Amino acid sequence: MHTKTLAELARDLRARKYSSEELTRACLARIERFNPDLNAFISVLREQALTDARAADVRISKGGAGPLTGLPIVHKDIFCTRGVKTSCGSKMLDNFVAPYDATIVERLKTAGTVLLGKTNMDEFAMGSSNETSFYGPVKNPWDPRRVPGGSSGGSAAAVAARLAPAATGTDTGGSIRQPAAFTNLTGLKPTYGRVSRYGMIAFASSLDQAGVITHTAADAALLMQAIAGFDARDSTSVDRPVPDYTAELERPLKGLRIGLPKEFFDKSLDARVGDAVHAALAVYRQHGATVHDISLPNFWLSVPTYYVVAPAECSSNLSRFDGVRFGHRCENPLDLMDLYTRSRGEGFGAEVKRRIMTGTYVLSAGYYDAYYLKAQQTRALIRQDFLEALRQVDVIMGPTAPTPAFGLGEKTGDPITMYLNDIYANGVNLAGLPGISIPMGFVDKLPVGLQIIGNYFDESRLLAAAHQYQLETDWHTRIPKGFE
Amino acid sequence: MEWETVIGLEIHAQLATRSKIFSGASTAFGAPPNTQACLVDLGYPGVLPVLNGAAVRMAVKFGLAIGARIAPRSVFARKNYFYPDLPKGYQISQYELPVVSNGSVEIETEAGGSKRIGVTRAHLEEDAGKSLHEDFKGMSGIDLNRAGTPLLEIVSEPDMRSAKEAVAYMKKIHSLVRYLEICDGNMQEGSFRCDANVSVRRKGETKFGTRCELKNINSFRFVERAINHEVQRQIELIEGGGRVAQETRLYDPDRNETRSMRSKEEANDYRYFPDPDLLPLEIAPAFIAEVKKTLPELPDQKKTRLMQQYGLSAYDAGALIASRELADYYETVAKTAGVEPKLAANWIMGELSAALNKDNLEVTASPVSAAMLAGMLKRIQDNTISGKLAKEVFEAMWAGEGDADAVISKKGLRQITDASAIEKIIEDVMSGNPGQLAAYRSGKDKLFAFFVGQVMKATQGKANPQQVNELLLKKLKG
Repeated sequence: MHTKTLAELARDLRARKYSSEELTRACLARIERFNPDLNAFISVLREQALTDARAADVRISKGGAGPLTGLPIVHKDIFCTRGVKTSCGSKMLDNFVAPYDATIVERLKTAGTVLLGKTNMDEFAMGSSNETSFYGPVKNPWDPRRVPGGSSGGSAAAVAARLAPAATGTDTGGSIRQPAAFTNLTGLKPTYGRVSRYGMIAFASSLDQAGVITHTAADAALLMQAIAGFDARDSTSVDRPVPDYTAELERPLKGLRIGLPKEFFDKSLDARVGDAVHAALAVYRQHGATVHDISLPNFWLSVPTYYVVAPAECSSNLSRFDGVRFGHRCENPLDLMDLYTRSRGEGFGAEVKRRIMTGTYVLSAGYYDAYYLKAQQTRALIRQDFLEALRQVDVIMGPTAPTPAFGLGEKTGDPITMYLNDIYANGVNLAGLPGISIPMGFVDKLPVGLQIIGNYFDESRLLAAAHQYQLETDWHTRIPKGFE
Repeated sequence: MEWETVIGLEIHAQLATRSKIFSGASTAFGAPPNTQACLVDLGYPGVLPVLNGAAVRMAVKFGLAIGARIAPRSVFARKNYFYPDLPKGYQISQYELPVVSNGSVEIETEAGGSKRIGVTRAHLEEDAGKSLHEDFKGMSGIDLNRAGTPLLEIVSEPDMRSAKEAVAYMKKIHSLVRYLEICDGNMQEGSFRCDANVSVRRKGETKFGTRCELKNINSFRFVERAINHEVQRQIELIEGGGRVAQETRLYDPDRNETRSMRSKEEANDYRYFPDPDLLPLEIAPAFIAEVKKTLPELPDQKKTRLMQQYGLSAYDAGALIASRELADYYETVAKTAGVEPKLAANWIMGELSAALNKDNLEVTASPVSAAMLAGMLKRIQDNTISGKLAKEVFEAMWAGEGDADAVISKKGLRQITDASAIEKIIEDVMSGNPGQLAAYRSGKDKLFAFFVGQVMKATQGKANPQQVNELLLKKLKG
């Protein structure tokens, strides 16, 4: 059953082909077998999962089951989960047991899902390779010498290796889409404000958005139905009706206007990835979509803008980790300053420190106008470019990342080349738009992803475009060797 | 050398909302430490602020009351600094775009005129918690009950020129926030706090001198004393050839001095930036119009009306509007049929205020209700009692011995107004003091007071003083 999609498992559970407990046990067995090598999990919640699965089975037998009842999932360890360690991939929170559920956790719990465990991630979601985790790097199931992408690397590896049928993730600058691309999965970053951020440990508040990593767009639609929607506890969540994502999957490709930004196809793109994009576009054309050349003239500003805005916000968001109320506290502090400097010095890893320092700098008196304020202006330009393009086309397509998964340790010495791996992703967060990455083929036997970007709250169009493509192709059904 | 003092005040008024500005926790004062701090107040990972609409309404109310501009769009910003009683490592405040700007209030000057004091801005922000440095054996305790309590920071222009003006302004704002019912004004509990920016310059100089910020001046008396002390310090410094350094100074009321807390160089770089967790605060004209309808009669309006309606002097009206409750008390008394409004004012500002002060009571807790006082004043005006007897009646009422009529009849305090009875007593006094009578009649006019005293003594003070005067004058002439 581990090779089935979430939608197939849901049908099987309702048809009583097997129980949620059997399914959960199968997942737990695979986690036990494969996780020691992959390192995809920070916590495995065996007993809790089995208890929840049995409760789900009771509900199914009584006929009170919803579409997600009894389905096992995993959460990125950035989501606060009541009574469960929520580390955010950091030593700082290695001892932190969340006293409450994040909204997304609560909604999926209410929907009857079974939580198998919490997945590994880059520390505080700062990274593109899952190598900044305090809990060590995660391996890519497609090639254990390569990274699974990041920051939602544990979620991606767990789903790609068929340890869990679906996972949650978060995407501040590509952290759902890039790992999905690196592991042959479907990864949806919804519109900023579509899914509540309450209980999701903040990295950069104006960019962070929760989403899902699944095998198919249809599976993403199922989960989105449960997590999307207004939350009074998050002032930036938007009060706007949630469409029936599953029903909308049937929207045909005919007449879909696809924009192809010329800026996405320059020398930084691995030409073989570019070829894969064109091959995917051919499928869209065959089914009645039209492809149009568009331009995002300020696209080149997105990485520098991102690396001002995100560190600025993170430098403030991470101030609460001071060793006073929760999290890591140094031994025998001499005084207050010693408590602060040692607790934070010991608790945070190098990449987190780098971003806190960068962010503190760009917000400082005398530098604010030149960096933070300027970045707000370039951010507005980037957003305008996207909106201008989306007046001419329905969706924008391109590569999710410039290359397939890179090697472990390959980019850790050079943060800039690491940052540039999210060159196609950052701008989407800066504009607050939804984006999805779907499998579109292989380069050097490694999966590569097609990114589809849409207008605000147009997730159903993205999911439909992805779903229709998945009906015509079988890239997304490929399973990494050794995990069949 | 003649010096001029320049003062601007920053007043923090705690808004009287039931819950905190960004969380649902209670704002009630005095609970055991950390029992009124929820996960949002504790700055837990993942939690988010949600703005309390009641706090916005109160800020708008204040803005309207001082004729200020209400920003259609204002922005919450983060003020970043580390301190253990600041759980998130930043305070959510308003920086570049405050909700209220460009208002003013009128204060009365010592010379008896009035002066306009500009209010630069008033912005919403959250309070921090409290650090407790005693009782923890070399450690500090943190109480986060107060963390997240809504504050309105009211920043004045540097328009005040003396400590007395600063106090008058502070009292004005204090009275205003209480009239508006947006702050309880309790200075002991820290609901109304003040920092002062003080500088001096030579008379005639147009540039401001270097200012010092005085912290922790939390009573009207301390404001005056702290400013006067600081002004003196700055003048002595400059006259001694020194220069005032821009710094923050702490006022120590026990020693009546200010001490340097931190210099400008040591000041934090707060790295303000818009809080991405909160959307800009947008206020529609319809909301402003709706809040406008809820505005009560304001102190200045009330003062003018009291003067016109009851014929009071500016001084009396000014004293009676000190609080909304006192003015209400006055009006209840003054409106009672058969009560002279001026007499009512005298009694409330005199005996009643003194008694309230002595027992440290608010007017709303007065043992002598407005109806009781009115009942007593009626008895003065219908000559049942004299003003002197009335003081005795008032004391008895204050002690809980019943209303004026009950006290008068129980104690037999009814005034003697029967002319023939008074005449009889006068005759007895005259015949009992033949020596004094002869002396008076031979020109010792001063002895008149002696005869008045004797008559009052004989009647235990109950004879109508005016009648006694008239009849004595006639009788003594012979």
